[in-house]
Amino acid sequence: MDADIVIRAEGLGKRYVIGHQAETERYLVLRDVVTRTAQSAWRKTADMLHGRVIVSGSSFEEFWALKDVSFEVKRGDVLGIIGRNGAGKSTLLKILSRITEPSEGRVSIKGRVASLLEVGTGFHPELTGRENIYLNGAILGMTRAEIKRKFDEIVAFAEVERFLDTPVKRYSSGMHVRLAFAVAAHLEPEILVVDEVLAVGDVEFQKKCLGKMDEVAGQGRTVLFVSHNMQTLSALCSRGLVLSEGKVIADSSMEAAITAYTVQVATQNSSAPHILYDSTGVKSISDSSVVRVEMLDHEMAPKIALPSCGSVIFRIWIRSRSALPQGSVILSIRTASGMTLAKFETNPRRIQPLKQAGDHYVDCCIDSLSLMPGQYFVSVGLAHYGVRLIDWKMDIGTVLVAESSDPRIEMSGYPEGPLVVQHRWVGEPAPQTHLVAGPGC
Amino acid sequence: MSENTLSDHQHVLILEPGRAERHYWRDIWAYRELFAILAWRDVAVRYKQTVIGVAWAVIRPFLTMVVFTVVFSRLANLPSDGMAPYAIMVFAGMLPWFLFSTILSEASGSLVGNANLIGKVYFPRIIIPSSSAVVALVDFAINIAMLFVLMAWYGFAPTWRLALLPAFVVLAVLASLGPALLITALNVKYRDFRFIIPFIVQFGLYASPVGFSSAVVPSAWRFWYSLNPIVGVIDGFRWCLLGGESALYIPGFFLSLIVVGLLLWLGVSYFRRTERSFADLI
Repeated sequence: MDADIVIRAEGLGKRYVIGHQAETERYLVLRDVVTRTAQSAWRKTADMLHGRVIVSGSSFEEFWALKDVSFEVKRGDVLGIIGRNGAGKSTLLKILSRITEPSEGRVSIKGRVASLLEVGTGFHPELTGRENIYLNGAILGMTRAEIKRKFDEIVAFAEVERFLDTPVKRYSSGMHVRLAFAVAAHLEPEILVVDEVLAVGDVEFQKKCLGKMDEVAGQGRTVLFVSHNMQTLSALCSRGLVLSEGKVIADSSMEAAITAYTVQVATQNSSAPHILYDSTGVKSISDSSVVRVEMLDHEMAPKIALPSCGSVIFRIWIRSRSALPQGSVILSIRTASGMTLAKFETNPRRIQPLKQAGDHYVDCCIDSLSLMPGQYFVSVGLAHYGVRLIDWKMDIGTVLVAESSDPRIEMSGYPEGPLVVQHRWVGEPAPQTHLVAGPGC
Repeated sequence: MSENTLSDHQHVLILEPGRAERHYWRDIWAYRELFAILAWRDVAVRYKQTVIGVAWAVIRPFLTMVVFTVVFSRLANLPSDGMAPYAIMVFAGMLPWFLFSTILSEASGSLVGNANLIGKVYFPRIIIPSSSAVVALVDFAINIAMLFVLMAWYGFAPTWRLALLPAFVVLAVLASLGPALLITALNVKYRDFRFIIPFIVQFGLYASPVGFSSAVVPSAWRFWYSLNPIVGVIDGFRWCLLGGESALYIPGFFLSLIVVGLLLWLGVSYFRRTERSFADLI
């Protein structure tokens, strides 16, 4: 066997107990309320006496966030972990970084692990930048001497020299993120566990962070990296692990893993291809969420094939237990390699899909989907407009754009790039009989 | 066979359900720098954006002392311990009481207050409540300086027993950490416990001999009165500081010691048993 293995997970599983609220009737009788409250109080007392966790709700369900996950990581591997929301990626990282313990199975780890599940963990707004560097460094596992040695480097990387003695609460969010990432980037553990933290800062800074990650990976360190960005993953990672519903569905090279992931996303709804996503039958834990997404044509009939530059309506159903007048619905389209092409969001000043609690829908009508033929991923979300995301369903489904039959849409000899842009060429017209050969021929 | 490949030269960490840490206390030692920096953070932040800052640490005990002296000595006509002025006796009892109540209130909410750390980074969780206790020690140092000023004002000289004070400070910290660890761990699971702390602090102030000498407690009850661990601690402080006739009631003191030890054992063992699930519950 290989002596180079630094992480070995065997039959790893993590179970959570979640509670469900009973269907609440419209009109409640006082007697029912009293009985229910008494029942719940009785159950809570019994739970506490048995030392169990109090779960609110009237029925319980066991939920396996991870089930029977086994894999090995060798020294120097850069492992990318991909999977849709709720596939168990974060749970896996939390187990590996010792934040939570597995419910079954075991992991053996050789070497010092540092985990970076969030940028700026433990930053204190009242403390200055300088003080926060020491605080955050210590929290991430650096020694004081180590931080002192790298202090200047960290400050230079974050570009905050002038504000070192200003409390962090006066920082702009950009500065905040830069400082936090700078500290994290100077960690030097044997094994680095990174959750999607690169989705921060401006493009310039993201590039810098990627460069730093590349450097870390190049030093022969072992890195486990979760991301939704396939381009980043394929650039950085040598191996890929695909999770789906808590299980490993692929453990291979990064390219093969991305393909497996793409296939998984594409084939999940083969029975009714116009329904990209449907969880209307599932009782949700969250208060507000997207429950269904379907594709329709302009007569509101199901639509499956989308020609390049054709029209389409995305009908997004949302369910909420409370009214959200400032709620907005988001739809985004990206390429299979992970580049976002377009992102649309409703503005609550004009449309308020959640004026009342209950199930509602909004239609995102696209008159001309200016995309080249190919496969695209759709994500939808619900947000508190301009404040925060409430629900985000990543890559709920794929849209297959077919070649258009419209003669006005002319393709190039070798199509490249995802966009169809309305354009025309002006120049020397070709003779009617034959094409002009280039100079030198 | 798989065991051999992983454990040939380096320390191998094994994560399994219900697995106890083999090197629990050594691990905590390895994280001493984090302990120091978290304690420093709590101290640094405590009086930020306050107008009079550290003066709060002076005003609170001073006013309490004045009120207690007036109420218990002037109005209730209770006797002091031996020759010591009443104000000094009250202050000597208040030192360990404030240390206890501050540790209890700071530490019991500390885990829930640092939920973001617990959910994102690993370190031995016991560091959080114990580092928050350092804040109470800083206030304690200020208070003890005040006591010496007060003693100089009254022209009251301490005896050789003062040299034993550090031992009683350690006892006071241990007496506070036991219940603090228990309550902070319980508070993660059942948030009811954060409502208990103000009760303990409010009632405890009168149930413990802070404003009066424990010598005024009828002797039939005195032994059972020492079931309150703070009784032993306060008596010990007065014995050190007041000297002279402040006698230590030995059976009661040992009962208090046993209760302190029991609570500490209970707190630490409950904390250790539950800390691995903190991140899932918080």
